[in-house]
Amino acid sequence: MSAVEVSHAVKRFGAVAALHDVSVDFADGEFFGLLGPSGSGKTTLLRAIAGFFELDAGDIRIGGVPVGDRPVHRREIGMVFQNYALFPHLTVRDNIGFGLAVRGRPRSEIDAEVKRMLALVQLSGLEARKPRQLSGGQQQRVALARALVTRPRVLLLDEPLGALDKRLRQEMQVELKQIQRRIGITTIFVTHDQEEALTLSDRIAILNEGRILQIGRPAEVYERPETAFAASFLGDANFLDGRVLDRGSVAVEGLGRIPVAGALPEAGATVRLAVRPEKFAIEPAGAGNANDANRIAGVVRGAIYSGTSITYRVELRAPAAGGEARTLTVFRQNLAAEPLAIGTAVELSWSSANTILLRS
Amino acid sequence: MKAAARRRLALGFLLGPAYGWLALTVLLPLAAMFYFSFLTVAPVGGRIAEPTLRHYAAFFDKGFYQTLTWRSLKLGFDVTVLCILLGFPAALALAKYVSGRWREALFLLVVLPFWSNALVRTFSWTTVLRDDGFLDRAIRVLWPDAEPLGLLFSYPAIVIGLVHAYLPYMILTCYISLQAIDDSLIEAARSLGASSLQLFLRVVVPLSLPGILGGVLLIFVPVIGSFMEPRILGGRTGIMLGTVIEDQFTAVFNWPLGAALSFIMLGIVLVIFALATPLLRRRLSGI
Repeated sequence: MSAVEVSHAVKRFGAVAALHDVSVDFADGEFFGLLGPSGSGKTTLLRAIAGFFELDAGDIRIGGVPVGDRPVHRREIGMVFQNYALFPHLTVRDNIGFGLAVRGRPRSEIDAEVKRMLALVQLSGLEARKPRQLSGGQQQRVALARALVTRPRVLLLDEPLGALDKRLRQEMQVELKQIQRRIGITTIFVTHDQEEALTLSDRIAILNEGRILQIGRPAEVYERPETAFAASFLGDANFLDGRVLDRGSVAVEGLGRIPVAGALPEAGATVRLAVRPEKFAIEPAGAGNANDANRIAGVVRGAIYSGTSITYRVELRAPAAGGEARTLTVFRQNLAAEPLAIGTAVELSWSSANTILLRS
Repeated sequence: MKAAARRRLALGFLLGPAYGWLALTVLLPLAAMFYFSFLTVAPVGGRIAEPTLRHYAAFFDKGFYQTLTWRSLKLGFDVTVLCILLGFPAALALAKYVSGRWREALFLLVVLPFWSNALVRTFSWTTVLRDDGFLDRAIRVLWPDAEPLGLLFSYPAIVIGLVHAYLPYMILTCYISLQAIDDSLIEAARSLGASSLQLFLRVVVPLSLPGILGGVLLIFVPVIGSFMEPRILGGRTGIMLGTVIEDQFTAVFNWPLGAALSFIMLGIVLVIFALATPLLRRRLSGI
């Protein structure tokens, strides 16, 4: 059953269309990531569900009930803001208890609920602090507790971990996911951080220019991006343009016949293929043992050392159709101590299963 | 060590001129007046002055001065409360709901009283408030049989004149603190289920308290010492502590009594704020 349904949502701000006919169902209890660059409409979609503005067209249901004519404070949502938006004049206790206090719950009940939430986010004992006396991570937890205490139907997170440093962010990702699992609340979060989206989400939607390009499980969307935008926004991608030869292969200028799985258009049509940088094996020329994988020859033109991995820029021997040089990006785990030297002749190989056919 | 010395020097350059000026123009004359308040007569024109406490004693002996003090405090209270009731909503609208050119135009209207001469402004109120003045005539356009309001030379006339003079302070201080409230706090309160009224009472008002208090300080103190508006608009009902003090300097020429009354007033103001401080500090911590 869908906890939140958005159908044919349209929103314009002046001449700019922030949402173009967006439809998406959020399943009960799932952790759903909205991923896209700034201006893609991901925040607009989240804020539309929250009810901070009315849609120009389309509708939104929460728990099966249309909420289009309900103001924010009657939608029974919980929201965590990018800067946490804790009330600076209230203590941790009163911040967390705010949602219950405005519902007129008795003091004893509020105290008990606040205590329960503090235990959940592991902040017991900090009831009397003011927000400015807390670290960034603690503020984040208070914001989460405050959003959850009213037992909302859906939890909305707007770049929830964006303000934390890297290590703390990774810790909070694990914790956020654990808390979400324990409560089982439907959670929709906005992020521009692809790694965060992959780590946290049960499903991801990739947005660009007010449209949803693709929805799927993280591995699905990463391994099988449908568009060039999705391929390059979520992870990195090398693109190869070619022409369909027959039902199972594409001819790429200078590289010959590349087998492609999946439904190809009719022979002669131009298509774009993508290969992720980590799917390549890179070896000095001649060292490779022949197998049925795709092989292409190139020269190392650049290497970026980043500890756990090395990123190579490899220029292909065969130029592109127009005669210009083609370079591919290749990741290699840092197994050998010495990276390949610039100018080394190499062979790249990859399994046909990792060739992605993109929709034009 | 050298850096610390340079820092101190820079601090001296930055603070020196302003505080030197204040010391010269505020503290010195005030110190002189404080000294006078303990003398029998002002020691000017070769008169012989003896030390005395009788001017301070007069305040406590004569119920007249205490009654006037109450009147002045009540005036200060009434004017300040009216300024809050009128100024806060205006500041809220300017800070959160009006923008661009409209905001500029509305601000100009707020600041206008500052740019007009205080005496002219006050006298112009007499032509509005007097019997058969502009106000009475305007009312008679709507209700031809209306009686004259008879506002001039009454307590309400004083309040009207003072609110006009001091309202801009309240609007400006409230505007500044309301504008500093992050919109996401308002959205957060909304998302947690707060109605408009709850949002206002639980978030907006507490967070703008520093601005309201700033306005209160800027209005309450000058109003309880005011003498021009009470005299011009209040007539015989306009006797306040401020007008009595003014009389001592300009009419009766009893500077020591005038000085003693001013310092008593200053003392009362300080006591009021001292009592309010602990309460306010608790409310304001964290903002």
